[in-house]
Amino acid sequence: MAIVTDKVGIVSCSGEDLPEGTISRIATRIVMEKLRPDDTVTICLPLFLAGSEDERAFAKVFPTIAVDGCDKKCAEVGTNKYSGKPVATVVVSEIMKKYPHLKVKSRDKLSAEEKELALKVAEEIATKVDEVLGRKK
Amino acid sequence: MSKNGKVFVIPCSGIGKALGTVGRTATYEVVEKLRPNEATTICLPLLTIGDEAILKLTRNNPCISVDGCPLQCARKNIEASEGKLAASFMVTDVLRENRSLKPEAVTELGPKGLKLASILAEKIAAQIDEINKNDR
Repeated sequence: MAIVTDKVGIVSCSGEDLPEGTISRIATRIVMEKLRPDDTVTICLPLFLAGSEDERAFAKVFPTIAVDGCDKKCAEVGTNKYSGKPVATVVVSEIMKKYPHLKVKSRDKLSAEEKELALKVAEEIATKVDEVLGRKK
Repeated sequence: MSKNGKVFVIPCSGIGKALGTVGRTATYEVVEKLRPNEATTICLPLLTIGDEAILKLTRNNPCISVDGCPLQCARKNIEASEGKLAASFMVTDVLRENRSLKPEAVTELGPKGLKLASILAEKIAAQIDEINKNDR
C-alpha cells in the first residue's frame, strides 16, 4: 500500500442533527475548493462502515485530519476505529469559543455570521494541512 | 424534546457530491417544515461509530434512509446497525425523473437543486404518512 505524502486527507463529521456539523462540512469544502485545493482529499465518513477495504485504507494512505462538530468526535473516533489514527483533530465547538460573537443556529442555509465561522474553521484546517505537509504559507 | 416515537429520516453525509447536499436539504425540509411533529433526524456518523443511545433509537423507531449516490451509506449504516429500516430514497432516482433540475455544487445547490430537494422532501413526507398509517 503506497503512502501518500503530498496530500492530506480530511474526514468531516456530517453532523446532520447539529448546526456545528454543517459548519464542519462547509469548512471542509472551503479548504478543498478554495484554500488548499491541490493538497487535500476527502471521503464520506459513513463510507468507512458502508464501503470496502479500499475506503477503510484512507487514513493509512493519507495523513488525515478529522473535523468534528461536537465533542462526540465521530470523525476522529470513526477514522481511528475503521481506518487509522488521525494526525490531527479540529473541533468546531472548541473553535466557536474563540469567536463568541459568531452565533450558530441553522443546520441548513448559513447566515453571514455562520459563513464567517465556517471560514475561520477552514483557516484552522488549512493551517493544520500546512503543518502536516511541513509547509509554511 | 424526545426523539422517541418519531420516524427517523437519515441522510447520507455526502461531503463529496452535490446530490448528498440535496438529500440533507430535503431532510431538513421534512423535519423542520413538512412533518416536524412526526419526523426527526440524527447524525449518521453516530451510527457509524456505534453510539449506544442512537442505536437504541434507530432499532425502536422506523427509519428512512436518504442517499445521494449508489454507495448508499445511509441505508447500509442503518442495516449494519440493525436499525428498523422502513424505506429508502435515492436522490439519483428523483433526479432521473427531473433531469432538468441538476444541482450546482456541494455548498450551493442553486434554484434547480433546491427545487429537486423540495420534490424529494414531498416524497419523504408522503412515505412518513404511509408508515404512520400502516405500520404503527
